[in-house]
Amino acid sequence: MSLASEVKTKGRRRPSASWATAALLTPAYGWLTLAVFLPLCAMLFFSFLKRSPIPGRPLLFTIDNYLAFIKRPYLFDVAWRSIEIGLWTTGLCVLVGLPAALALARATSGRSKHILFLLIILPFWTNGLVRVFSWTMVLREGGVLDFALHLFMPSAPTFSLLYSFPAIIIGLVHAYLPYMVLTCYLSASAIEDSYIEAARSLGARTPTVFWKILLPLCLPGLISGSILIFVPVIGSFMEPRILGGRIGVTMGTVIEDQFTAAFNWPLGAALSFTMLAVVLLIFAASSRVLAGRGTIQ
Amino acid sequence: MIALGRAFLAATIFFLYLPIVVMVALAFNASPLYTLPFQLTFHWFVVLANNGPLLSATYNSLLIAVATSILATAVGTLASLALNRRSFRGQSLLKVLLLPPIAIPWLITGTAMLVFFFWTGIGRGLHAMLIGHVALAIPYVVLIIGTGMQTLRADLEEAAMSMGSTPVHAFFAVTLPLLAPSIIAALLFAFAVSLDQFVVSYFLATPGVSTLPVEIYTSIRKGFTPEINAISAIFLAVSAILVLIFAQLSNLGGNRDRH
Repeated sequence: MSLASEVKTKGRRRPSASWATAALLTPAYGWLTLAVFLPLCAMLFFSFLKRSPIPGRPLLFTIDNYLAFIKRPYLFDVAWRSIEIGLWTTGLCVLVGLPAALALARATSGRSKHILFLLIILPFWTNGLVRVFSWTMVLREGGVLDFALHLFMPSAPTFSLLYSFPAIIIGLVHAYLPYMVLTCYLSASAIEDSYIEAARSLGARTPTVFWKILLPLCLPGLISGSILIFVPVIGSFMEPRILGGRIGVTMGTVIEDQFTAAFNWPLGAALSFTMLAVVLLIFAASSRVLAGRGTIQ
Repeated sequence: MIALGRAFLAATIFFLYLPIVVMVALAFNASPLYTLPFQLTFHWFVVLANNGPLLSATYNSLLIAVATSILATAVGTLASLALNRRSFRGQSLLKVLLLPPIAIPWLITGTAMLVFFFWTGIGRGLHAMLIGHVALAIPYVVLIIGTGMQTLRADLEEAAMSMGSTPVHAFFAVTLPLLAPSIIAALLFAFAVSLDQFVVSYFLATPGVSTLPVEIYTSIRKGFTPEINAISAIFLAVSAILVLIFAQLSNLGGNRDRH
């Protein structure tokens, strides 16, 4: 038995050591309990109430809030629209992010690779709200896109993409693209040059190299990137509101409304938990897929 | 293929920076209605300097970010020590419990905090935002410090202790100095998490007390002038500088070239 493991085994048995462990862990986990775990439990409790609790009135329990989708069919449309936004955003991030990651990993080197990498992930650390706001400057009537169009076609009618479905998608792709580039880049930079050289020496052309080597080896990055994008996008509310205007009604904005405008907290809580269930299902499914791939290789 | 790849990369970077450059440029444009062509002015920065609510929101943001950075790093470092240097039952469960604050959409976490803080009388305001921000930053701190500790040799501490040093003394004399770069990285990261946080702050803000992102959101929805561009430009610059320092410290995206 090595010295290290001996120390650890002894440590586990000594009561003073377990007190020390507890003392180290309590502040962090106590904080998380107060700020995250208990609030989630409280929200679960609220989702079964008939109305927001008012002091002095008895609490009435119901499961009606979870039946909202049946009672209010428009919520189906809203949910579908959110999923549509999620799919479009994730799909476009794959189409742009994967080639960009491959280019970064395979077509650049040394210092320029380092700088390009930083340039791509830098926007991702700047405030998301500020970036969405930036798009309104580009897309609005009389904005930069409109201005550029009129430089070339002075007679064209004024042109605005703001408050449209494409505007929401553009803003969200811009917000989440760096995630996809990052996860795909981590996969792509682990691919050995020798695999590609071997394929080429056996006569494989570029499309074959892509479909048979690059894509399969980038799949873990693609899947984790897609989850990192799809999950927050279906819960987004600020981007659809600012870039979509009246068109931007999503699950996110409906939930936000229940808490800030309609004050129907129980319904908002039930919708949140329905969405959380969907998120957990996605995580569970994807962790199995990723774990499965891990064992194949 | 290489040339095509580089062109694609350039186009991607153009897409990522186009709106940001436009937004920053318009902070220096004279027209309050964002009319082009461009006329250079610093007027909007002067207006900004006299905007009370926006300045107090900026002050609140910085205050919460500094407090979050210190609290989350202190609390998270302690937890990271236990998770990486000790073995106990339930260790893997505790590690998994770090994921919900990161993985659950902020909309859900934020509204849950609103409901719970309202119900328990904690209420809304700066203190509530601080509680929320620290909770969101703790998992990142634990992960950053944990990564730093994995590269650190545990036998250094054990050597110190076998020579008669107490665990506490070994921590301050050996572990802490070696961990300093990770701790600074964690401080910066927690600061950035708090400074950028919008969703949770939005639900916990009260009409008089808000943070910069919340104030910007309110302004965007009410109608705005290039003043908002000016404060956003400053905000972007601060975040960018923080990330560059963080990247330098943690060698983010550093030499991954193995060839």
